[in-house]
Amino acid sequence: MSASTTHPAHRLIGQVLFAYDMPIERGKIREFAAATGATDPVYHGPNPPVPPTFLATAMHWEPQDPPLASRLGLDLSRVLQGSQEYTFIGPLPHAGDTLHAETSVASVTDKPSSRGGRMTLIVVLTRFLRSDGTVAAEGRATVIERGLP
Amino acid sequence: MTARLSGEELVAGAALPERHFGPQTRTDIVRYQGASGDFNPIHHDDEFARSAGMSGVFSVGMLQAGYLGTYCVELFGPKSVRRLSVRFAGQVWPGDTLVCRGLVSTLTPTEDGHSAELDLTIWRVGGGVAVSASATLLIRSTEADDESTTP
Repeated sequence: MSASTTHPAHRLIGQVLFAYDMPIERGKIREFAAATGATDPVYHGPNPPVPPTFLATAMHWEPQDPPLASRLGLDLSRVLQGSQEYTFIGPLPHAGDTLHAETSVASVTDKPSSRGGRMTLIVVLTRFLRSDGTVAAEGRATVIERGLP
Repeated sequence: MTARLSGEELVAGAALPERHFGPQTRTDIVRYQGASGDFNPIHHDDEFARSAGMSGVFSVGMLQAGYLGTYCVELFGPKSVRRLSVRFAGQVWPGDTLVCRGLVSTLTPTEDGHSAELDLTIWRVGGGVAVSASATLLIRSTEADDESTTP
């Protein structure tokens, strides 16, 4: 693989890859809280806020035709997730809200790996908008694709 | 469950109380997969995991991230976390007991409490770091977060 080769995801930077609505559901929050060991009574009440990593459940709503990995041109046998960040802006989303999600590629970085080959770091940004268009939260996933041996 | 901390009880550099989770069962992993929607079979199908070169199934990294979120909620309340940034550092295996640790890196007074930057880790007991994280929290001096959750 020559140093000038760039990953196919480069040409997607800035485009919205897909957009979808994500209803925030009371039962899903309760289920997610239980799955992550959270016993705070607020998660059993009628109007719970989302737990800190709840937006991971956006996977249930993300369009799968084709799935994100295919759109990014990723070879799944060489891919792992390096990191994930969630940032909240203003009041936390609560059960009963519907967020509008927009997923895009924020950056693509080709760099040498510590083991001598190449690797590509792709930052996938999902913005979660309230019905009034303001941003409620952002998710940033850093996906690492190791270069071909 | 750990007692809630207020900003007044904290200083920069302070260590947060530890919180254990587990031992982690395969049921815990499957329950998280169902909750999150990540159905990668490498986390619940031993045959599949071995065909991918693993010794067997292993946990979902985002489950450990979820425990770190719960750790913050238990210490500072369900509305305290404004940012949580996790880095996956090592695998967790069925049977592992996990321990969350945290340090206050900075603490800044705000109008109604404190803003805190935390350095967090979740470790395999007897092993290494599974997930390291940084977080930004707003810690209110009043119980404002309880009041505002009523409909």
